[in-house]
Amino acid sequence: MIDDEILEKYQMTVGIECHVQLSTTTKLFSGADNDARDKSPNSVVSPIDYALPGMLPVLNYKAIELAIRAGKALNSEIARVSRFDRKHYFYPDLPKGYQTTQMYQPIILAGSINIPLEDGGSIDVRINHAHLEEDAGKLTHHGDHSLVDLNRAGTPLIEIVSEPDIHSAAEAKAYATELYRLMTYAGVTNGDLYHGNMRFDVNISAALIGAGKLGIRSEVKNLNSFRSVERAADFEFRRQVALLEAGEMVVQETRGWDEASQTTTSQRSKEDAQDYRYMPDADIPPIVLSDDEIGKIQNSMPALPPFYRQQWQGFGLDVTVVNALLLSQSIAQLLQRVYEKSDNNTARRVGLWLSIISGDQGDVDGNLGDTNIKVTDNQFIGLSKMVEGGELNSTAAKEVLLEMLTSDKDPHVIAVEKNLIQVSDESAIALIVDEVISDPICAKAVADFKDGNEKVIGFLVGQVMKKSQGKANPELAQKLIRERIK
Amino acid sequence: MTISDIQQKIKDSSARAVIENALKLADEKSEYHALLSLTAERALRRADDIDSGKIVGKLAGVPFVVKDNFLAFGAPTTAASKMLEDFNAPLQATAVEKLEAEGAICIGKSNLDAFAHGGSTENSAFRPTKNAVDRTKVAGGSSGGSAVITALDVVPFALGSDTGGSIRQPASFNGVVGVKPTYGAVSRYGVVAMASSTDTIGVFTQNIADAEVVMDIMAGQDERDMTTLPDFFEIQNDLKPNQKIGLISDFMTDDVDGDVREKINKYADKLRQNGHIIEEVKLPMAEYALAMYYIIVPAEICSNLARYDGIRYGLRAENAINLAEVYGKTRDEGFVTENKRRIMIGSFVLSSGFFDAYYLKAQKARTLLINEFNKLFTSYDVLIGPVTPTTAFGLGENTSDPIKMYLGDIMTVPTSLAGLPAISVPAGMDKTGLPVGVQLIGPMKSDAKLLSLAKSLEDK
Repeated sequence: MIDDEILEKYQMTVGIECHVQLSTTTKLFSGADNDARDKSPNSVVSPIDYALPGMLPVLNYKAIELAIRAGKALNSEIARVSRFDRKHYFYPDLPKGYQTTQMYQPIILAGSINIPLEDGGSIDVRINHAHLEEDAGKLTHHGDHSLVDLNRAGTPLIEIVSEPDIHSAAEAKAYATELYRLMTYAGVTNGDLYHGNMRFDVNISAALIGAGKLGIRSEVKNLNSFRSVERAADFEFRRQVALLEAGEMVVQETRGWDEASQTTTSQRSKEDAQDYRYMPDADIPPIVLSDDEIGKIQNSMPALPPFYRQQWQGFGLDVTVVNALLLSQSIAQLLQRVYEKSDNNTARRVGLWLSIISGDQGDVDGNLGDTNIKVTDNQFIGLSKMVEGGELNSTAAKEVLLEMLTSDKDPHVIAVEKNLIQVSDESAIALIVDEVISDPICAKAVADFKDGNEKVIGFLVGQVMKKSQGKANPELAQKLIRERIK
Repeated sequence: MTISDIQQKIKDSSARAVIENALKLADEKSEYHALLSLTAERALRRADDIDSGKIVGKLAGVPFVVKDNFLAFGAPTTAASKMLEDFNAPLQATAVEKLEAEGAICIGKSNLDAFAHGGSTENSAFRPTKNAVDRTKVAGGSSGGSAVITALDVVPFALGSDTGGSIRQPASFNGVVGVKPTYGAVSRYGVVAMASSTDTIGVFTQNIADAEVVMDIMAGQDERDMTTLPDFFEIQNDLKPNQKIGLISDFMTDDVDGDVREKINKYADKLRQNGHIIEEVKLPMAEYALAMYYIIVPAEICSNLARYDGIRYGLRAENAINLAEVYGKTRDEGFVTENKRRIMIGSFVLSSGFFDAYYLKAQKARTLLINEFNKLFTSYDVLIGPVTPTTAFGLGENTSDPIKMYLGDIMTVPTSLAGLPAISVPAGMDKTGLPVGVQLIGPMKSDAKLLSLAKSLEDK
């Protein structure tokens, strides 16, 4: 293992290619169902996807619309003229013997996006370009034979190619995560990472700081979670630094990520690189877009994460909490509605509640997808008002919140039903306080408090809460205890 | 017999009698090897449906033949290759569907150079087709079977595909009308692709009027082929008088057979007698068209043939022990020498480091050629010239010399590269009695006008 001291002498440089599966109903060049999830093999394959003789591609204009949306989310220019090309190689999951892609004139041109980091800072990552292309099918290997499933063949993808502007594993993860937010918000993809809706190829190199040039890179392909992007970058960096420190060369190659061992392994070196014999695809006329068409689509898009970040600045929420909330568009929209109907304090409180709920519901990767929170903005605002007005303490508020997740009842109704309304009637609490002070169990605490031990007040308040079945207003209880014992 | 003769016969007897007769004729002419298969059962069933009134249409009961690179029901679609010898299409080409929708009846599938690579039909993986006029001569190609079956009067029309002359040249060699429409006029859907940027779907007929009828039915936009144009084909009843016609002098040099030139000049004289103005014009880029063509087209061929890999359909080599062998052996057994030659040329010109020097340069030259045509069409309505430098050559005469074979395409490829409509019209016989064709070339979408001009001379 390499010490951190040695690692610090090196700079990591990372560029990421991200494949985003588009949420179109049908495939990029055929009318076949684009949702292959839970479908039996080869059941959503048209003669075009199957590459029967004489079949021709028919471009799905919905994919163009989504690319135009993606371009806006990526803060990148849309090409007024773009074209499709053919990338040739033989593999059983590639029916035509070529992948239809955009080599020479991609639809999304250069741009730059700001990536918020967990430490509160941010980096700018330039986008080189992004192009439309079709996905290949899948092979499964069974001992002495392999089977081909073409369900995924022809699924539209956007490949987003970044410049090498990323310099740590945490930045790599933050970039991947922000792409996820941008692409889901823009409605470009369903963002189902488990089913490979977004896949990352991470190019990593290491060089001595101040070397003035980049090291030889390796590419770790097909990562499908933010965490694996981070870990693969970290592992590769350490592996490369170890090689360099030992006086060896890094080999330019493609590597695979092994989730079980959390390591990368060599798949093929540059020497085996294929000549893809790119050529323009004469079956598909150029895509010509006017400013009007682009504007129409981009102007009707929903708000993107940077908008919410800017809006929520005054809430006083931690960057980590904001980023976690922003993983789900529906949560972001909900919180924004709460904010628009109330104020910073309410929004802050609701934001924290939402982060608790979504933390429970999201998977390990923070992948919320289409989070199914049915609580309305008005329920949240109502709940917040009850806390603010002293009707509910924070523990009771959480209990009401849990009930709200499965019920459309007003939070006040829930609190009453559950008998959680805080007692803020001074005389009622005073009775309980007196009871506690005279209770023999509390005699020592009362004596200690009189001797100036401030800490025991917490115990005494706890006793009041217990006797009141959690309903007493703890602040009021404390005030009365102090008055009584002095 | 023309389409109207056939229609009269159907009235006098029945569609079944007409189809039975066509099938019988096809059988009698089998020694020409014009057809690879008959679709008798399906054809007779459709004939009965016409006789019972179930199917109606402009061509109800009229028999036709399709080149065997069109996906069609009733027989395998082989593209005259071992690769697809047993391939039964699950759907039909748009052109076939449109004709069937008008009641036409496909009776069989015609021979071609395998995957339409060639100019003699000798590259068929099965057997060469013989010339309709002289059985020792080639049929021409690649649509040789369709030309011969039309010339033999088995059917009034047959479909072909023309990528660099594959309709016009065999039409010329067999003395029939051959139409290569504007690129995009007729849907390519369901036709085994050769070169996507120059493939066109057209027809062979015995006279111009029939070509007009068939083109009128086939032409039009198809949502399954993005390169198709909105229907612009409209049969012309009035001929534009005093047309300005350019005789392409680059096609009338000493390299061209004297008999051929004489027939072209005679055709030009006839045009002149009809009041049109004939002038000699130059098309200097034509000299480079063959070089462009044999770079661009093989590039597209190597791409379009990549799907024949033995995985999903068609031939799969039996003795392959791993994936590389499945590919290698399947493609070795499934393709003929000319297919492999073009795949290799195409792979070479597209390979990294050579793309700019060959493919890109050829595409730039292609633009210059198109510009030259466009410029000529600002002054001329039509261009004319020969279809081929010679009349039909002997079977086996050129098979060992691919360059000589390619040179035969020199006058047909320029229009293919430019996407222009061009028709081949019978213009008499050479001294040995072999047919000579004249080529009429027009600007984009002038297909119907070309036919109308040719028809005006045909009547005289």
